[in-house]
Amino acid sequence: MIWNNWSEFFSMGGYGLYVWGSYLVSFACIAGEIWLILNRRRTLQKYLGLRDESTIREKK
Amino acid sequence: MSINWYKYASPASFYFLAGRMIPYFSIAAIVLLIIGLYIGFFVAPTDFQQGEAYRIIFIHVPAAWMSMFLYLVMAFWAGIGLAFNTRLSSMVATAIAPTGAMFTFIALWTGAWWGKPMWGAWWVWDARLTSELILLFLYIGFMSLQAAIDDPRRADKAGAVIALVGVVNIPIIYFSVQWWNTLHQGASVSVTQSPKMAASMLVGMLIMSLAAWMYSIAMILMRTRVIILERERHTAWVAELKGAAR
Amino acid sequence: MLIWIIRRDLLLAMRRQADVLTTLFFFIIVVSLFPLGVGPEMNILRIMAPGIVWVAALLASMLSLGRMFSNDYLDGTLEQILLSPTSLPLLVLGKMFSHWLVTGVPLVLMAPVLGIQYDLPFSALIVLTLSLLLGTPILSLIGAIGAALTLGLRGGGVLVSLLVLPLYIPVLIFGAGAVEASTAGLGFDAHFSLLGAFLLVSLVCAPWATAASLRISIE
Repeated sequence: MIWNNWSEFFSMGGYGLYVWGSYLVSFACIAGEIWLILNRRRTLQKYLGLRDESTIREKK
Repeated sequence: MSINWYKYASPASFYFLAGRMIPYFSIAAIVLLIIGLYIGFFVAPTDFQQGEAYRIIFIHVPAAWMSMFLYLVMAFWAGIGLAFNTRLSSMVATAIAPTGAMFTFIALWTGAWWGKPMWGAWWVWDARLTSELILLFLYIGFMSLQAAIDDPRRADKAGAVIALVGVVNIPIIYFSVQWWNTLHQGASVSVTQSPKMAASMLVGMLIMSLAAWMYSIAMILMRTRVIILERERHTAWVAELKGAAR
Repeated sequence: MLIWIIRRDLLLAMRRQADVLTTLFFFIIVVSLFPLGVGPEMNILRIMAPGIVWVAALLASMLSLGRMFSNDYLDGTLEQILLSPTSLPLLVLGKMFSHWLVTGVPLVLMAPVLGIQYDLPFSALIVLTLSLLLGTPILSLIGAIGAALTLGLRGGGVLVSLLVLPLYIPVLIFGAGAVEASTAGLGFDAHFSLLGAFLLVSLVCAPWATAASLRISIE
C-alpha cells in the first residue's frame, strides 16, 4: 500500500485533477456507450414485440 | 467431432451464439478491470520522473492500442464482407466502428489530460496524438458514410471500400506525421527493447489492455446482435422469436 | 477510349465555363482571406504562405469533386460507361485526368501569382508551383474514390470532404513541407520524391478502387 491515507490517494501527488479527470471521462464514455446500446436494444425489442431472449429456447 | 463452423456464419445462429458468449466476456472484462486498476493504483510505484500523473497510462495506452487494433479488425471484416458477400461480416464491421471511435476519443482525451501536467499544454501537436486524431476522422468518415446510405447492402460495401482505403493509408499517415513532428519521446513500450517501466506498471497496463479487449468483444457482439435484429426483422426466425413472445 | 473520354469531359467543361472558374475563384478568395484574418505582418505571412496555399488548393479541388461523376450519374451516361467493353478503371482514369486538367492545372498556374501576395522569394515560388503540380493529381485521384462512394447521396458534398480529407493529409504535409524545406535551405528533393511516390501509388490503386466504388454505387 503506497498511500498512507485516502486524502493523499485522491490528491494523487498534486495531479489528482488530471488523473481523476481522465479516468472519470473514460468511464463516463464507456458507461454511455453501454447505456446507448441497451437503450437501442430495448426500443428495438419493444418495436418488434420480442420478449427478453433469455427465456427463448435456442432452436437446435 | 468436427464443429460445423459455417453454421455460425448465418446471422440467425450467430445471434444465439453471441447471446451465450456476451456474459462470459463481460464478466472477464469487469474482473480484469478491477485487477488492473488495483495494480495500477495500489501496487505500481511512483514514477521517479512524472510522479503520480503517469497513472493515466493505465487507461491511455490500452485505449490507444485498442483504437488502432479495432480499426484493423474492422477493415478485415469489412474486406471479408466485400469479398465473400457475407452479410454477417459487414454487420460485424459496422458494429466495431462506434467502439473503435470511442476508444480513439478516450485515447485523445486522456492523452491531452496527461500532456497538461507533463508538457504544460492541453493539446500538443505531437506525432502520436495527431495520428490518433486522424484515426478518429477515419472512424467518423466510415460511420457517416454508412449512415448516409439507406440500402444496407450498398452501405456495407461502400463502408468496406473506405475502410480498406483507410487501412492502407494508416501507415502512410503515421509515418508522414512522424516525419512532420518528432516531438514525442520514443515508444516506452515496444516488443523488442526491454520496457523502461517497472514490471508492475507493465503488468498493470497489459491487464488493463486485456480488460479493454474483453469489453470491446462483449460490446461488439451486443451491437452485432442488435444490427442483426434490425436488418432481419422481416425474416422467419425473428417472427418465430416474436411468436414465442405471445 | 481514354482520349475519347478526356476529350468529351473537356468539351463538357468548356461548355460550362462557370464550373472551372468557380473553383479557381474559390482558391483565390480563400488564399486572400488569410492576410485579412492574420494581419498584414509580412514575415508571419511569408512563413504561413505554403500551408495556406496548399490548404486552399486542397479545399478547392475537393469542392469540385462532387461534379466529377454526378452529372453523368444524373443523365444516365454513367451506366452506359459501366456497360462499355473497355475496362472501367481506364475510363475512370480518363475522368480523373480531365478533372485534374479542369481544376488542378488552373490552381497550379495561379499559385505563383498568389505567392507574390505573400511576398514569397522567387525560389520558393518555383518550389510551391512544382509541389502543387505534383500534388494536385494525387488530390484528384484519391478524391475520385470519395466522389464515387458518395454518388447520389443527400449531403454528398460534405460527406466527400469527411471521407477524403484524412487521406489528403500526407500529401498536404509533404507538399507544404517541400516549400518550407526549400526556404530553410534544407533542400526539397526528399519531399518531392515522396510526393512522386504517392502519385504513382494512387495512380495505380485509385482508378481500380474508384471503379469498384462506382459499381457499388450504381447497382
